[in-house]
Amino acid sequence: MSGEIIFIEGGRVLDPASGTDGIRTVVVRDGRIAEVAERLERPREARAIDARGKWVVPGLIDLHVHLREPGQEYKETVETGARAAVAGGFTAVCAMPNTVPPNDNTGVTELVLARASAAGLARVYPVGCISKGQKGEELAEYGELKNAGCVALSDDGKPVMSSALMRRALEYARVFDLPVTVHEEDLGLVGKGVMHEGPAATRLGLKGVPGAAEEVMVLRDIALAELTGGRLHLAHLSSAGSVRAAREAKRRGLRVTAEATPHHLALSDEDVARSGYDTDFKMNPPLRSAADVHAVREGLADGTIDCIATDHAPHTVVEKDLEFDVAANGVVGLETAFAVCLALARKGAFSERRLIEALTIAPARAFGLPGGSFAKNAAADVAILDPGLEWRCEPGRFNSKCGNSPWKGAMLVGRCTHTLVGGRVVHELDMGASGQGPMGASGSGPKGER
Amino acid sequence: MIGRHKHLIGLEPLSREEILGLLQLAVSMKEVLRRPIKKVPTLRGKAVVNLFFEASTRTRTSFETAAKILSADAFNWTSSTSSVTKGETLLDTARNIEAMHPDVLVIRHPAGGAPQYVANRVGCAVANAGDGAHEHPSQGLLDLFTLAEHFTRVGGKPGGEVGKKEDVVPDFGTIAGKTVAIVGDISHSRVARSDLYGLTKLGAKVRFCGPPTMMPPGVEAMGATVHHQLREAVEGADAVVMLRIQHERIGDPLIPGTREYSKFWGLNAKKAAEWLTPTCAILHPGPINRGVELSSEVADGPRSVILEQVENGVAVRMAILYLLAGGAHEIDTPAPEGAARA
Repeated sequence: MSGEIIFIEGGRVLDPASGTDGIRTVVVRDGRIAEVAERLERPREARAIDARGKWVVPGLIDLHVHLREPGQEYKETVETGARAAVAGGFTAVCAMPNTVPPNDNTGVTELVLARASAAGLARVYPVGCISKGQKGEELAEYGELKNAGCVALSDDGKPVMSSALMRRALEYARVFDLPVTVHEEDLGLVGKGVMHEGPAATRLGLKGVPGAAEEVMVLRDIALAELTGGRLHLAHLSSAGSVRAAREAKRRGLRVTAEATPHHLALSDEDVARSGYDTDFKMNPPLRSAADVHAVREGLADGTIDCIATDHAPHTVVEKDLEFDVAANGVVGLETAFAVCLALARKGAFSERRLIEALTIAPARAFGLPGGSFAKNAAADVAILDPGLEWRCEPGRFNSKCGNSPWKGAMLVGRCTHTLVGGRVVHELDMGASGQGPMGASGSGPKGER
Repeated sequence: MIGRHKHLIGLEPLSREEILGLLQLAVSMKEVLRRPIKKVPTLRGKAVVNLFFEASTRTRTSFETAAKILSADAFNWTSSTSSVTKGETLLDTARNIEAMHPDVLVIRHPAGGAPQYVANRVGCAVANAGDGAHEHPSQGLLDLFTLAEHFTRVGGKPGGEVGKKEDVVPDFGTIAGKTVAIVGDISHSRVARSDLYGLTKLGAKVRFCGPPTMMPPGVEAMGATVHHQLREAVEGADAVVMLRIQHERIGDPLIPGTREYSKFWGLNAKKAAEWLTPTCAILHPGPINRGVELSSEVADGPRSVILEQVENGVAVRMAILYLLAGGAHEIDTPAPEGAARA
């Protein structure tokens, strides 16, 4: 692409890092951001992308995805996950280490990076394990993992139940300046619970998991972050008490960051009840009460929760088309995140600027990743989002291998039309062939139910 | 069809009229059940499969008896596993059975929602015979039937007394305005939930009682009042449903042990004499842990309608199978066709 010049013209440039919000032209040259300015003469050799009516934002960054490779390639591969990412406007994703085998050694890290490089789509940043084999017993080799390319540590999918090990993880990770990302649930309080403990679970006759199962661990780890000075990142916060604890920890200046998922921002346990035991509403942490959802939205709005992360968790129908008690936890999210969160911004849950911040510069800062802004000479990672494009969510058309989405069949508004990574257009929404033109022109198609 | 419903998943989705229609039909069924030759050809040629993923001799036998009296062919499919890791999935099992052309699939399953899951995916009618802690609609209906019989029996006469179980035609209107206490592990009880839906739809008041560890959140919004003291719950009640304490809950740990449970939430003759009204009936879905939730004196005493519950269970299940397998008949058909009037 040497010498290539791209003018992205006429769009609303939303770059929360610089405070830019207005109609601008973004100029990409040699794969980098050359200029963001109001009026520019386009040289004849430059390629133009018409962004009128759209938002032009730094490529979205997702700190929490499950790409399933190695070991569960039937659910997702690094390539299909990266394809889903760029289709959703994400130019960088952090790949969680609960693969088979888990990413507790440089061999797995290198494999993930090699696959990502071969795919040539989104940037993939591996996350290494906190403990060897995610068993919660011994520390993994953080120095080796960092040198191989890991950007954070996590035993995601499992909590670190040993307080002693968690203390040592936060302490030891400091020397490599790696954030420790925690999946917070006290397994004793979880028991055999499969959804949020509350009136909806009582009516459905399903075993509940109280919000306190998350909160006691959040509170413990905040205390340990204070003890050790380590960098704590709270994954997928779901309960009001956790948000309160994170807010207080930040006020005291601890090195604590947090994320929330689109589904915890948008859905509650009553949606599980309404769905009639639809296991695409089963995830961990579970969808919580309306009051919790409100608190998570407030946390995102006031910055207590730094960023939005999808916890993209592909599962096939084999794992999902089951009784609620035994179905796998998790939903895919990369291709619906923007539309789902945009709807919340439109309802006033948080501003549009805050929405984009939480998907760009905020996650970049939380993990110390490059990108997330249109800084001059930054790699040209760009998402062009059409905030008015109405489309039907048809999981059969996802780029992800799996369609486990609670929004299956729903009409959504807002979609990524172009994604650039390093100045290269890696995704362009096909408005014709996909049959998913504006206003859901193909709305009569199958509903994506499996 | 039960009113608008092809399946019987719970009492929560049913209207008051649909519940009353089912109960009225059960009155005719009980009459059939009591004949010397208890066999009518109503469901001849129909097949009922009892698909049980949990041990339950009582409910399964009750459904089987109900099917056979109506001349349906009844088959039992028992499976101890329901997990995807152990053998066949629930859906595969259900589809295998469906391929054998049953008319009604009666399902008992440890997972809440399993009957609805199957109902959404098969062509035949599905009757929920108990799913996790969700619902046990046939138990709820037989409890309503038994309560109406009891209230009819004692209600008509001032000073009406318990203990004389003369036959009555239940007046289901007697349930309105009554107070029923349900005592035990509410959080794990599908019976408590189905009873609550049925009773409140027919105008009764429901008190839930048990230790806080056995009380799930949100039951007030469902229409129950919550009590932790047995005396407070049963005083003034017109009937008390004592739930079975599952022994596995002891280590859970929801309660420290059966001895303490029995002392604070069990019902014995002394408490019954001091706290219950003279006409208060005692129900139990069975099987009873004698000496834990109920003393033998109370279980076998004059207030107990526990064996009536078992008999009425067959009548109610006959009505359920008749409606689910029989199809187009109106709900208030006086008696199954071909039945000679006694």
